[in-house]
Amino acid sequence: MGLEATMPVDNILTTQVQAVINWARRSAVWPMPFATACCGIELMATAMSRYDLSRFGAEVFRFSPRQADLMIVAGRISTKMLPVMHRIYNQMCEPKWVISMGACASTGGVFDTYAVVQGVDQFLPVDVYVPGCPPRPEMLIEGVMAIQRIIDEDNLPTDGNGKRIPLNLALEPNYEPAAQPVDVSVGLS
Amino acid sequence: MTNAAEYPARVREAFPEAKLSVQSFRDRTVLVVEPADLHDILQHLKDHQGFEFLVDVTAVDYDGYPTPQPGRFGVLWILRNFDAEADLVVKTHVDPSMPTDGIEEDPALVLKSSCDLWNAAEWREREVFDMFGIRFTDHPDMRRILTWKDFPGHPLRKDYPLRGRGEREQYKVVTRDEVL
Ligand code: SF4
Repeated sequence: MGLEATMPVDNILTTQVQAVINWARRSAVWPMPFATACCGIELMATAMSRYDLSRFGAEVFRFSPRQADLMIVAGRISTKMLPVMHRIYNQMCEPKWVISMGACASTGGVFDTYAVVQGVDQFLPVDVYVPGCPPRPEMLIEGVMAIQRIIDEDNLPTDGNGKRIPLNLALEPNYEPAAQPVDVSVGLS
Repeated sequence: MTNAAEYPARVREAFPEAKLSVQSFRDRTVLVVEPADLHDILQHLKDHQGFEFLVDVTAVDYDGYPTPQPGRFGVLWILRNFDAEADLVVKTHVDPSMPTDGIEEDPALVLKSSCDLWNAAEWREREVFDMFGIRFTDHPDMRRILTWKDFPGHPLRKDYPLRGRGEREQYKVVTRDEVL
């Protein structure tokens, strides 16, 4: 699985090289935008100058899966699209990560019909779920930062069954929700 | 678009033998015809009444409909006459002769294709076939258009369950350690 497979274990140099590799990977996560629905619009907004995903090194959207590390599944996946997504995921080089962006990609959302897959995590190993309909760009940036933290924690420790040991990264909101500072002028008697 | 109310009478003039009925709803005129007369009437409307533009071909499943209908499936052609600025809906009803939960070919659910009149009908009729299982004879390419070739149902039929029959679950699971 990538570069680290060729390196000897139990070597003090290895951990240091690993740290450098992790730093390089986390600083240039190149996403593959698998944008199939309205979430894709928010994904575009995230990459634009207002939110500027390039501050986190993830602005280089690669439409070739061979050049991407991170698949962002943005939108509902129809049953006809799922084999395509499998193929694209398989074409991505290791190491690779997957963000499931939005309610539809994670659970099927409101589209509980024969035509929509009820959560891509049934068929793909998803690393980070970004909730929302659609998630705001800040939320997606949090998701990319969570991927960076996963990379910092040495990538992909698995439990031997192909399942990754959960890192239990929980994202804290970085703002205090507060009421709008506007007086209510209607509806009062 | 203005009302096309005068056209049923003109069709009646040209086809005195045909069994016709007319419905009208919110300025939209619907001419209900028999499946056997359908193609001739469409041809007449195109060649002699100026309906040179086909807006849509679609179908309705009247299973469980509150008011009784002449047949289980209504198939309708929406036509437009640009010169007269008129829209006319031509509708016909077909009844299945076998259970509708499968995909077997039902000889009663067959109509004559209108692709020879409007090329635009090709994909519309494929969609009606895909979603309702109504086949069209003399169609150049009668395949499914939205679902895939082996899809085990016709999903817009009312007896097809909304959540499908497991089509959305039957996929390979790709795991993290899979090596291609
Ligand atoms: S989660 Fe909402 S915004 Fe995203 S694809 Fe689904 S419906 Fe669209």
